[in-house]
Amino acid sequence: MRAGVSTAGLTPVRQTLDNGVVAIVQETAFSPAVTISVAVRAGSVYEPPSHPGLAAFLGRVIDRGTSRRSAETIAEALDDRGVVLRASTNRHVQTISCTCLAEDFGEMLALIAEIVREPAFPQDEVDKRRAETITSIRQDLDNPGVRAAEALQALLYGADHPYGQPAKGSVESVERFTRGDLLALHGKTFAPSCVSVVVVGDVRTTGALDDVASAFGAWNATATADATVPPISVEQRRREIRIEMPEKPQSDVAYGFVTISRLDPAYYAYWVMNNILGQFGLGGRLAENIRERQGMAYYAFSGFDPSLGPGPLVIRAGVDPRNVDRAIAAIDAEVAALGSAGPTEREMAETRQYLIGSIPRLLETNPGIAAFLQLSEFFGLGLDYDRRLPALIDSVSIEQVRAAAAAVLHPERAALAVAGPVAHA
Amino acid sequence: MLSSGAVTTHAATRTARLDNGLNLLIQEVHTAPLVSVWCWYRVGSGDEHPGRTGVSHWVEHMNFKGTRNIPRDDMKGIVERFGGSWNGYTWIDQTTYLETAGTDALDTLLFIEAERMASGLYEPAECESERTVIISELQGGENDPDQLLDTEVTATAFRQHPYRHPTIGWLDDLRTMTRDDLYGYYRSHYVPDNATLVVVGNVDADDVLRRAERHFGRIPSGPAPERRRPAEPAQIGERRVNLEREGTTAYLKFAWHAPAARDPDFFPMLVLDAALTGAKGTNLWSSFRGTPPQRRSRLYVALVERGLASMVSGALIATADPFLYSLSLTAMRDVSLATLEGAALEAIDAVRRDGLTPDEVSRAKRQLKARLVFEVDSVTSLAHQLGYFETTVGSGFFETLRPCVEAVTPEQVADVARRRLGRDTQTVGWFQPVTR
Repeated sequence: MRAGVSTAGLTPVRQTLDNGVVAIVQETAFSPAVTISVAVRAGSVYEPPSHPGLAAFLGRVIDRGTSRRSAETIAEALDDRGVVLRASTNRHVQTISCTCLAEDFGEMLALIAEIVREPAFPQDEVDKRRAETITSIRQDLDNPGVRAAEALQALLYGADHPYGQPAKGSVESVERFTRGDLLALHGKTFAPSCVSVVVVGDVRTTGALDDVASAFGAWNATATADATVPPISVEQRRREIRIEMPEKPQSDVAYGFVTISRLDPAYYAYWVMNNILGQFGLGGRLAENIRERQGMAYYAFSGFDPSLGPGPLVIRAGVDPRNVDRAIAAIDAEVAALGSAGPTEREMAETRQYLIGSIPRLLETNPGIAAFLQLSEFFGLGLDYDRRLPALIDSVSIEQVRAAAAAVLHPERAALAVAGPVAHA
Repeated sequence: MLSSGAVTTHAATRTARLDNGLNLLIQEVHTAPLVSVWCWYRVGSGDEHPGRTGVSHWVEHMNFKGTRNIPRDDMKGIVERFGGSWNGYTWIDQTTYLETAGTDALDTLLFIEAERMASGLYEPAECESERTVIISELQGGENDPDQLLDTEVTATAFRQHPYRHPTIGWLDDLRTMTRDDLYGYYRSHYVPDNATLVVVGNVDADDVLRRAERHFGRIPSGPAPERRRPAEPAQIGERRVNLEREGTTAYLKFAWHAPAARDPDFFPMLVLDAALTGAKGTNLWSSFRGTPPQRRSRLYVALVERGLASMVSGALIATADPFLYSLSLTAMRDVSLATLEGAALEAIDAVRRDGLTPDEVSRAKRQLKARLVFEVDSVTSLAHQLGYFETTVGSGFFETLRPCVEAVTPEQVADVARRRLGRDTQTVGWFQPVTR
């Protein structure tokens, strides 16, 4: 019997190559498929301030030609095997990943390594992908959900701060990007010491580690980019912005606060707090009030993603334009209630049980495991993080959650963005 | 063989039928300490009548409220206690409810599904509060021009068949439907004879059978509702719909009447779609998210690579009756919809005239076979696939997907392209953004 994912948890093997590339392999036995995920610490904080969106744009062009293969050759290699390469860019990390059949693993790994190491950014591909990116940004401009969320980020962090800008950049910035900009950013940020390769699926650990070594081992490069995140000045007053989109049937509300880093010891208390506020069941206390009691919205929830710098806690709701103010009042009330009184013992018990119990589900698929292992690697949580997590969640006390809620949940300090028609009651 | 031989071979699916008619599909998969339970009903928006559109989906919403033995407030947290997730969805042929949770939740999950089948309360106040939630869901969808256009194109392509109205329903019907409409519909469709219970995971099949008998066995058998859907008259001329609304981007959609899953044309059409826009696969729950492998596909090369569109996607889904094969395109800035439409039709005409190359067909088939592996990547997705095909198409179909894809020939693909993608049977939709 192979070492699949058993009830005991993950059994990843980690190896650092001589050049600094980290390789992590987890065997699973569900199906003859493999997920490859390559994370590079080259997210949008590394782009020059004059070029917002450049890192994300690099992700769109990186797989369209290398020093050895044309875009067409790469496209054929992918399409022949039913493989889709996905590039995603967040503030700190650029991730290139795919799922392939086990029989295609070696070739796909070699291809991804080539793409990461030696992209050519051919001029015609830069131009085509630029035009697509501009269309996609223009689509976002027509999307009340995106407009509200982006406006909230700018209110929280400041429109000039890297955390306050949309990762895609603007039509204006993308129009200016050149092939030289991409080569320069790649040269400064893509280097073995910034890369972790995670392989999850129907492979043998030893063979897969050897494959990673032969794909990435001979790579020599040094990262020189500066990624000092400017200090964040957290505003202590309420800020509000309304974006008018007259013909949309529904308004989107985004409401939030700046919180803490994933590396802060209070992270687990915040995680539990967010679950109670806007996740548990349909969307915690927020959905219970706005959706279940008042029937005002199909969705009302809060999100709190791990972030290297102080991350945002974001509350979202989509409501009838006539109900915007009622919905905001309901959000204010729930935020104030949890902030001042904290959670109940019952909520604590239910949430702990839920978060601990959901770990196996988080690790149900190869892409799920790969994302988990990349996150653990990025934040230095260790190979046994999935096994330690239950105790970490269990040890969160009601006092700690109360303190987390008291520290951040103050309606009078909230930032708030609404996009949609202006209501005429 | 796809498999390297080392991968765990999952046990065969165990099938059974309780005396009251409930159909059971159970599969043991011991790779994770999880179980996925899905309860499927053979009812969807294709079973609705004018004036009551959206009733199937609204009933689905009501079935997450209280039941006789699970008061409304206990419903909250009942699955979460086991670390589980839960959800449900409604589409044209089916309604389904699912939970995936730790294996120790099995008995509770079966209890919930049995309650949902027979003991929903449909409190009038809950029905009212859900009315506005669903209207909010509808309006949220209409914020998206592409979705708005999809609704209009579908309604234009069908004259008679109830597939023409959106699953969420028309706004006026959502405003006027009553609690008794909902409850009556629930009672007539939520009977064991109309349902399939699927259990996949780290379970013992005999044990699941015993537990299912205990929870569901006492639910009285009821006549499975007869499915009476009017046939769609043949389309004899092109239909068009043109939306002009505030926006930033232009969208184009084509729809042709598609073969039902059991139609011999279905698999050639699936291969055709893969060659035109990249293979998606067949999992309605997961395969249609994200971009398919399509960089060498006909329409991507003809439209996206030429800078006319930023996105092209095709959709062919296995359905009980003939639904639609649709193509969706996002126009690049400064490209008119007329230009884009002309270029798309030119590419389609080339395939109709000359067929595809053998290489294109074999690539499309390889893609589809890979997608059939990728789309079954967990107990949850396997349970979906088992229940989906059992409910919408019928027993045995899921197992034939791979050999049926394998058997498709280039001649069959050329033939369906010629017969099924004609101008006089197409519906074309334009979304033109305007600045007011």
